[in-house]
Amino acid sequence: MSNALVLENITCAFASQDDPSRPYVAVQDTTLRVGAGEFVSVVGPTGCGKTTLLNVAAGLLQPSSGSVRVFDELIDGVNRRAGYLFQSEALMPWRDALGNVIAGLEFRGVPIDEARQRGNDWLRRVGLAGFGSRYLHQLSGGQRKRVSLAQTLIMDPKIILMDEPFSALDVQTRQLMENELLDLWQADRKSVLFITHDLEEAIALSDRVIVLSAGPATHPIGEYQIDMERPRDVSEIRMTPRFSELHSKIWQSMKHEVLKGYAQQQQK
Amino acid sequence: MRSNSKNSVGFWTRIAPHRGNLRLWQVLVLLLALALWHVFTSPTLLPPIYFDDNNKAAFFFGEPVKVASQLWEWFWGGEIYRHLWITLVETLLAFLIGTVSGVIAGMWLALSPMAAAICDPYIKALNAMPRVILAPIFFVWFGLGMASKVALGVTLVFFIVFFNVYQGVKEVSPVVLANARMLGASPRQLLRHVYLPSAMSWVFASLHNSVGLAFVGAVVGEYLGSAAGVGYVIHQAEGVFDINAVFAGILLLTAFALALDGLVSIAEKRLMVWQPRSAETERIF
Repeated sequence: MSNALVLENITCAFASQDDPSRPYVAVQDTTLRVGAGEFVSVVGPTGCGKTTLLNVAAGLLQPSSGSVRVFDELIDGVNRRAGYLFQSEALMPWRDALGNVIAGLEFRGVPIDEARQRGNDWLRRVGLAGFGSRYLHQLSGGQRKRVSLAQTLIMDPKIILMDEPFSALDVQTRQLMENELLDLWQADRKSVLFITHDLEEAIALSDRVIVLSAGPATHPIGEYQIDMERPRDVSEIRMTPRFSELHSKIWQSMKHEVLKGYAQQQQK
Repeated sequence: MRSNSKNSVGFWTRIAPHRGNLRLWQVLVLLLALALWHVFTSPTLLPPIYFDDNNKAAFFFGEPVKVASQLWEWFWGGEIYRHLWITLVETLLAFLIGTVSGVIAGMWLALSPMAAAICDPYIKALNAMPRVILAPIFFVWFGLGMASKVALGVTLVFFIVFFNVYQGVKEVSPVVLANARMLGASPRQLLRHVYLPSAMSWVFASLHNSVGLAFVGAVVGEYLGSAAGVGYVIHQAEGVFDINAVFAGILLLTAFALALDGLVSIAEKRLMVWQPRSAETERIF
């Protein structure tokens, strides 16, 4: 399998506010690989620098050292082959749903009629047919996530970066969205780097799960192949014995880091 | 007897102020004020209470009937339309020029922090300055015509718009910005599709203020020195102690300001469809 995205020896240090002479190292010497068409999840305790890593992959953040390769090319600036699904609200509130979905096409200079047509098509695919003229405040949290998903996927990115995209949703909506995501992913296998702190979500969705240590100086401490058949149903797969087996195995390696991360949060 | 008192209670509860008859009560308050004004200023109705002369109250406070007839005369005779038009044009020009320059300056300073840091004390000073005092200078620079009034209005509008745009650009959500960049927006597209709409939402929020101040600039400018406009009409009337015409002018300006404000509200509704109004529900057909 060829590599879609490779993060090589990434270190990210930030100027610390308390003590400028000692920078805060969020991510240390991390190497991470996502194959073409592979769904990789990264799990780790809260505040461990997962988002930092994803921003580096997106080209939004310049690492202190290390390099990012996309299909064997070093990236310079924003990663043009990637789509990014943010954790928090990233839609433009002054545009309606359709306007948001086709924003990227507009930036690219696609004629407006064609863009609208494709936008409506995508709204239908994410189950929002007829919602195109709604503004964000007229949509529910789940619907807004669908708009975000359509907005990202309409650009047909080869790599999708996701930063806990469903963490703000309720459990039912979340499972629905996870299934829809898997369906969309199954349709034309893109490479996915999925960040989450939810181990169950990671196992249910992924081909491979990478466990990060607690911060500071986060680095991968384990990697697990999820050898369960596809297509999957995220709510059903959680009942299978293999799922529990994998879950307990990964959890064993994670538990210590989670507790460490929790202790750090308490100190702050 | 009992049923009678019961009836009167029922009558009162019916006419007592509530949501349904709000308008009625508002009109009543107006009528009461007008009636009091009339009674206290009419030279013949009451003996003088405060003044030593029957006509003095009317001299200082005008008489509503004469004010009304003055207004009627203006509109019927047609001489006021020219002045209203001039004031309107001055207001609109001041608003437009002030808004456009405020948006440009606000965007520029918000996007180049160094320039903002350099200009900061001067902007604060200019904003703190009582700008109406610039009127004499504008008269020297631009003459007594429209231009000096527009200039005065612009100095008032500019800062409101400027500070709002500055704030608007500063408060653009970094996530929305990052998202637009990931979707392939160039720096110019970011300006056009992210910074500007965000700034404009703040500009619209201050629309009532800025239109109001453009109006203040126009009228004050006219009052201080001009040959046309409603401010000029009031100044002329004051010059010959025609207090009724002064009051008529004030009423006219108030009505004018209310009309402008109404137009702004309509424009706001149109332009800000994307902003949530509190407790908005869908109508079920």
